[in-house]
Amino acid sequence: MKKWLLAGAAALLLTAMSGTSFAEYKAEHRGGTIRLLAKSAGGSLDPHINYTLQYWNLYQPTYDGLVTFKKAAGEEGFKIVPDLAEAIPAPDNGGKTYVFKLRKGIKFSDGRELGVKDVVASFQRIFKVSSPTSGSFFAGIVGADKCLAAPADCTLEGGVVGDEAAGTVTINITQPDAEFFQKIALPHAVILPADAPAKDAGTDIIPSTGPYMFTKYDPNKELVMERNPHFKVWSEEAQPDGYPDKVQYDFGLSEEAAVTAVQNGEADWVFDEIPADRLGEIGTKNKDQVHVTTLTAWWYLPMNTRLAPFDNEKARQAVAFAIDRNQMVKIFGGPVLAAPVCQVLPPGFPGHEPYCPFTKDPGAKWSAPDMEKAKQLVEESGTKGQKVTIIAEDRAVSKSIGVYLQSVLNELGYQAEVKPISANIQFTYIQNTNNKVQMSITQWYQDYPAASDFLYVLFGCESFHEGSDSSVNIAGFCDKEINDKMKKALELGVEDPVAANKMWAEIDKAVTDKAPAAALFTPKHLDFVSKRVGNFQFNSQYYWMVTQSWVQ
Amino acid sequence: MTDAVASVRLSRGPWATALRKLSRDNAAMVCLAVFCLIVILCLLAPAYASFANTDPFRSTLDATVEINGQQVPVMEQSTEGLGLGYTPIGPTWRLGSYFLGADNQGRDVMARLLYGGRNSLLIAGAATIITLVIATIVGLTAGFFGGITDTILSRILDVLWAFPVYLLAISLSIVLIAQGIDLGLIVLEAGSLWLPIFIIGIVYIPYIARPVRGQVLALRQSEFVLAAIGLGVPEHRILLRDILPNISTTLIVFAPLMLAINMLTEAALSFLSIGVQPPDASWGTIIQDGQGLLYTRPWVALAPGIAIALTVLVLNVLGDGLRDALDPRSKIRLGGD
Repeated sequence: MKKWLLAGAAALLLTAMSGTSFAEYKAEHRGGTIRLLAKSAGGSLDPHINYTLQYWNLYQPTYDGLVTFKKAAGEEGFKIVPDLAEAIPAPDNGGKTYVFKLRKGIKFSDGRELGVKDVVASFQRIFKVSSPTSGSFFAGIVGADKCLAAPADCTLEGGVVGDEAAGTVTINITQPDAEFFQKIALPHAVILPADAPAKDAGTDIIPSTGPYMFTKYDPNKELVMERNPHFKVWSEEAQPDGYPDKVQYDFGLSEEAAVTAVQNGEADWVFDEIPADRLGEIGTKNKDQVHVTTLTAWWYLPMNTRLAPFDNEKARQAVAFAIDRNQMVKIFGGPVLAAPVCQVLPPGFPGHEPYCPFTKDPGAKWSAPDMEKAKQLVEESGTKGQKVTIIAEDRAVSKSIGVYLQSVLNELGYQAEVKPISANIQFTYIQNTNNKVQMSITQWYQDYPAASDFLYVLFGCESFHEGSDSSVNIAGFCDKEINDKMKKALELGVEDPVAANKMWAEIDKAVTDKAPAAALFTPKHLDFVSKRVGNFQFNSQYYWMVTQSWVQ
Repeated sequence: MTDAVASVRLSRGPWATALRKLSRDNAAMVCLAVFCLIVILCLLAPAYASFANTDPFRSTLDATVEINGQQVPVMEQSTEGLGLGYTPIGPTWRLGSYFLGADNQGRDVMARLLYGGRNSLLIAGAATIITLVIATIVGLTAGFFGGITDTILSRILDVLWAFPVYLLAISLSIVLIAQGIDLGLIVLEAGSLWLPIFIIGIVYIPYIARPVRGQVLALRQSEFVLAAIGLGVPEHRILLRDILPNISTTLIVFAPLMLAINMLTEAALSFLSIGVQPPDASWGTIIQDGQGLLYTRPWVALAPGIAIALTVLVLNVLGDGLRDALDPRSKIRLGGD
């Protein structure tokens, strides 16, 4: 019995230790330069503007918000922890008011102390610079409507209120929001100095509070991050210290050349997708340097529910039945890099319950296409013989999927053609109803871990905007009953997240059944690092935690 | 009188003389033969696909091929290490059985190469005809009528000329490739092969129309044209009977050169995904398909690259030969007849 207790205590201690990995900072690995490679830069360096994974990843060790996603490996990284705020405040005023008490002594990289005025100004700046998510994630802040109408004069009066004496910031929102903390944990809500320019800073560097600061940015050449001399650890969970002294991000090398550079030890990591013809090689010769992680994302085919033939539910279901998802997986690089799915919410995501109605033997998992059933549905829909155009990206995987789908649609009796257009414009092109897109191939990666980020954002009536490039409900799907249920789930999430997730699971099934989009596969992320990179950790929210790895 | 009759009997006429000169140009004749061979091979694409029992426009990721009595998958999954990725089969060097290997969708590259050649030659050929016809009309009209007609047409050419040709072609393609063209009488559907033909045909018009106009301006002042005008010969008759034959040699010399240039432009546009649309193939699209396989299956990109280079080379040499044959001054240069 005693022996058992001792073993149990040891296990508990080990678990506790592994949970607090940041306490194990290994000073002997501190120092050196980590070199990252990308074909091109990620655009503006302004954290309130940039909406790319490429830089969101780098904002983690540089900028801070009131709260943040925990800097931990795996799904633990979805957890919200206090950052510049001392604690996560309890909701007040029926879930419409939150009072944040700021930590003291935190300094920007230019030496100035962070204060209440910086927080208030930063929230105003989100609107002043027309941050891409100002109209969605932050539209619920009191006063946001006026800021959206006249960004330059934004004050967020009554929405974000600072109290210098108490060192607090109060945020009032118009209605309870279960995802409020996740939204303000995103880089678009990080705290910048109050005098940060009220316009896109572009290549200019804005001082930061994290362990690193940007010191040089030339989008045609490089981005450099160095240690912030004024940083002191205030929370291991929110902002741990990093290992390398410098992060050197070089732009311009092709993917092929970048892979070779990592193989030769001339660089430490490649941002871009690894070229298909190098996968086999690095999977064998460099297998110890490869890290594959499942993503909370999906590749899918939105079908326009407002245009023939896919205004007919049976026609949409026919497509979902006919697609051989194994072929899709093969095109993407094989089962190690993707897994077939046929529902909206990705595996491991809040609200996910395995469900697949569009397979040979309907159940929890996709097994094989059912062409017979698909053909029968096309006959019943009366849409046979109609023309269908598939809009793909001009990249290899998307184009290959397009050509495959064309064969499938032709086999179903449609006259299909595929049009690959530049990946730079495809996503906005397929959103605009003026382009009359019937079917497209696209992907969605989570902004934050909430079922609504897939279901409500992609299939909610409010996400559909006629004639706009920003109508992310590409299928134009709007089912009043389902939409009302989504709103109820959003409300329920404030009080009871568990019950809300159950509701989201039902919504997921209902949306999947209506087939406004055909799910293809869940992609996995492949990181290829150099031999010298140690302590590789993958955070589910922001992927590889660059500065938590060491190079010496 | 006797001498004059003899001289008439001896004269073969300018065309026969040019043909004779061309036939004596060994390099040009070899290139003509090679070009004809390329055209014939490309025209035989359906026969090859049928012989190989393959559909070059359809994904065949699950296909297999017999090698040394064994069925081998066309797309081979890596079985070593982490098992990442699929690699298409390489060249078997056996006609009718993935001679040049497969592309990233398991399609027979040889069959696609031949079909792609058909499209590349068709687009380049049709675009060349469009360019020559429109440029000739514009050049003749501007040069012969002069005045305000010349000013308007020349300024339009200047505007077209002001754009770098690839930039103009890419811009037109991006705008038109997804929407098509509807000009009332001319309707070209998005994805139609006629779109790249139309675009390439248009962008090179100034390159031909300008020299044609210059030649017509000179001919307009020549004595035989002035005499015809003085005699009251109708203008259209002067244009067709007196001027057009005199610029035809220029047009003939330009034809193979334009064909080569148009082929390169088509390849560039298709490589950028704004020319021939999938699943159709052209040499440019096959190069793009092969770009992601350069490391493991270089023949997917190399084969169409070699085909383009060879075709352009033979067309250029043929164009040089034609110029030498049709240019009366070359007789003096070469010292021949």
